[in-house]
Amino acid sequence: MIELSGLTKRYGEKVAVDDLTFTVRPGIVTGFLGPNGAGKSTTMRMILGLDHPTAGDVRIDGRHYHELADPLTYIGALLDAKAVHGGRRAHHHLLCLAQSNGIPAGRVHEVLETVGLTAVARKKAKGFSLGMSQRLGIAGALLGDPRILMFDEPVNGLDPEGILWIRSLMKSLAAQGRTVFVSSHLMSEMALTADHLVVIGQGRLLADTSMADFIERNSRSYVRIRTPDRERLLDALHGAGITAVESGGGQLEVDGGKAEQIGELAARHHVVLHELSVRQSSLEEAFMRLTASSVEYHARTEPPPERPWGADRDTGTAKAAADAVTTTAEG
Amino acid sequence: MSTPQTPMPQAAPPAWEAAAGSPYPGYTSPIPVVRTHLGHALASEWTKIKSVRSTMWTLGVFVLLVLGIGLLTGLVIANSSSDLSGDENPLSLGFFGLLLGSICLITLGVLTTASEYGTGMIRTTMTACPSRGRVLAAKALVFFLVAFTITLVSTAVVAFLQMALLEGSGARQPTGAEWFKGTVGVSLYMALLGLLSLLVGSVLRHSAGGITIMIGVVLAPLVIALFMFTQSLEKVRQALFEYSIPNQLSVFYSNSLSRSGPSGWDPLWIILGATVVAAAGALALLQKRDV
Repeated sequence: MIELSGLTKRYGEKVAVDDLTFTVRPGIVTGFLGPNGAGKSTTMRMILGLDHPTAGDVRIDGRHYHELADPLTYIGALLDAKAVHGGRRAHHHLLCLAQSNGIPAGRVHEVLETVGLTAVARKKAKGFSLGMSQRLGIAGALLGDPRILMFDEPVNGLDPEGILWIRSLMKSLAAQGRTVFVSSHLMSEMALTADHLVVIGQGRLLADTSMADFIERNSRSYVRIRTPDRERLLDALHGAGITAVESGGGQLEVDGGKAEQIGELAARHHVVLHELSVRQSSLEEAFMRLTASSVEYHARTEPPPERPWGADRDTGTAKAAADAVTTTAEG
Repeated sequence: MSTPQTPMPQAAPPAWEAAAGSPYPGYTSPIPVVRTHLGHALASEWTKIKSVRSTMWTLGVFVLLVLGIGLLTGLVIANSSSDLSGDENPLSLGFFGLLLGSICLITLGVLTTASEYGTGMIRTTMTACPSRGRVLAAKALVFFLVAFTITLVSTAVVAFLQMALLEGSGARQPTGAEWFKGTVGVSLYMALLGLLSLLVGSVLRHSAGGITIMIGVVLAPLVIALFMFTQSLEKVRQALFEYSIPNQLSVFYSNSLSRSGPSGWDPLWIILGATVVAAAGALALLQKRDV
C-alpha cells in the first residue's frame, strides 16, 4: 500500500506536484494517468525517496522509503528504461542490484527468464532496443519478488506482443495480492489493465476513481444526425423539447440514446434524414476533456484565429467604422 | 449503458488478504528478508567497478605508464655514462610514470560517481540502497582499495626492476624508509588523489567536468607559476611550486624542487585533509539534493 498525503513538489516558482493525496491499494492494478509533464514521474521519484517533497508525506506500508531495510524485496520500480550503464552486461546490472539487497544471485537468472532476456544476458545494455531495455528494467523491478511494483510508462517501445505480455504480467502480479502502480499517458492502455484510476494534470489530482465508475460516468452516448432540412428538423426537435447541438460539417448531435424518438419525430414532420446513428464518445475523449485545462504542452493543429483588423483599437471607433461600411453597402 | 459495477477490491476479500496478519495486507515473498548493511553495498559496488570496460582501460593504461616509463628511465640511466652516485634516491626514477599515471586514476575516480549521473543509473542505485551515505562510502572504499592495490603493485614491481637494472652503476641502495615511502607512501597518496576525484565527481555529477577540473588541479599551479615573472609575486610563485601536486608527489622520493615547503609525510596529511573536507561536502550535498 502506498499512501500519499498532501504531497507537493516545487521547483522554484513552478509547482510540479500540487497537494496530492491518494492511496494505492494492494490486489489491484492502479493506473496513474496524466498528460506529459503532469508530474507523474516526479511523484514516483518522491515515493522512492529520490526527490525530497517540498511538503507532504508519502509512506509505503506506513514507512518512509529510506526506512526500508531491503527496499528491493519490498518495492520494485521501473522508472526509466535507459537508466542503466550502457557498458555493463544485463547480467551484471541485475547482479549488482541483487547484491545491494542481499538477494540470492540465482534470482538474476530467474527474472531474466521471466522477461525473456536470457539469450542476451551477456550482452551490453547499450546495444538494447527500447523494448529490451524496458524488459531489463522490469526484470530489475521483479528481482526482489516485491509486494509493491511501480512502473513508469512500461509499454513505451514495446512491440504488440510485449504490450500483451506486460498487461497480463501486471494483472497476474496484482492477482497475487501485490500492489501494482503503473503510469501512462494513454487512456486506452489503462482501460485494458487498470482496475483503479488516478488522474492528475499539472500536478493536481483530477480523479481518483474505480475504472468501472470512470467508464460509466465518462462514456457519453449521443445521436448523430445528418439532414438536408436542418431548420425544419431543429424546429421539430425544439417542439419536442430535445436540444440539438450543431457539430462540424452541418451535423447535429443530441445527447443521450434518443434515436428512435428522433426518427419517429422526423418521419412525422416529413424531414429527410441522411444519417441517424447512436455514438459513444471514447474514454480517450473523456480523458482529454478531464485534462484539457491542465495540458502543459499544447500543440496547435490550426493557425491561431485571425483577429479582425483594428480589433485591438478603440472599440467605439471600430464599431463606427463597421457601421459606416454597412451604411455604404445599403446605400 | 452498462450497469454500475462494484469496484473490484470490494467484490470478495481474496485469500491473501485474510492470511496476512499485518495492518498492510498483500503479497509475501518466499525470498528471505535480509537487513542490508555496508557489506551488501560494497559487494554491489565491487561488481559495478569490475563490470565496466572503463575500469580496465584506465587501470590498464595506468599500469602500462608506470611500468613502461619506469623501465625506460631505468634503461636509459643504466646505459648512460651519467650515474646516480651521491645522495640521489634511486627510487625517484619511478616518479615520471606515476605522475602521468595519476591522470588515469583521476579519470577512474571521477567516472565511478559521475558516470552514474550521466547514464541515470544513479536512480536505480539509490532506489536499491536508499541510504545515500552508504552508497558513497561503498563507492569510496571500493575505489580506494582498488587504486591503492594497483598502485602498490605497480610501484613495487617497477622499483625492483629499476634496482636490478641499476645494479653496478654506482647507485646506492635505498634505505628501508625510502622503500616504504616510495611504494606504500606514494600508493596512499595516489589512491587519495583518485578518491578526491571521486568526491569531486559526486559533487559535479558530470564526468568531463570533473576530469577537467582534477587535471587542472594537478597541472595548473605549476603552469601558472611558470608565468609569474615579477618579483612581487615571488612568494606566491614559490608556494604554487611547492604545494603543486607533482612537487608534493616528488617529496615521497625526497626529491622536491625546493628546499622549503612540504617535506617528509606532509603531502599525505595535506591530501588527506583535502579528501576529508571534500567527503563532508559531497555527503552533505548528496543528502540535500534530489537524485
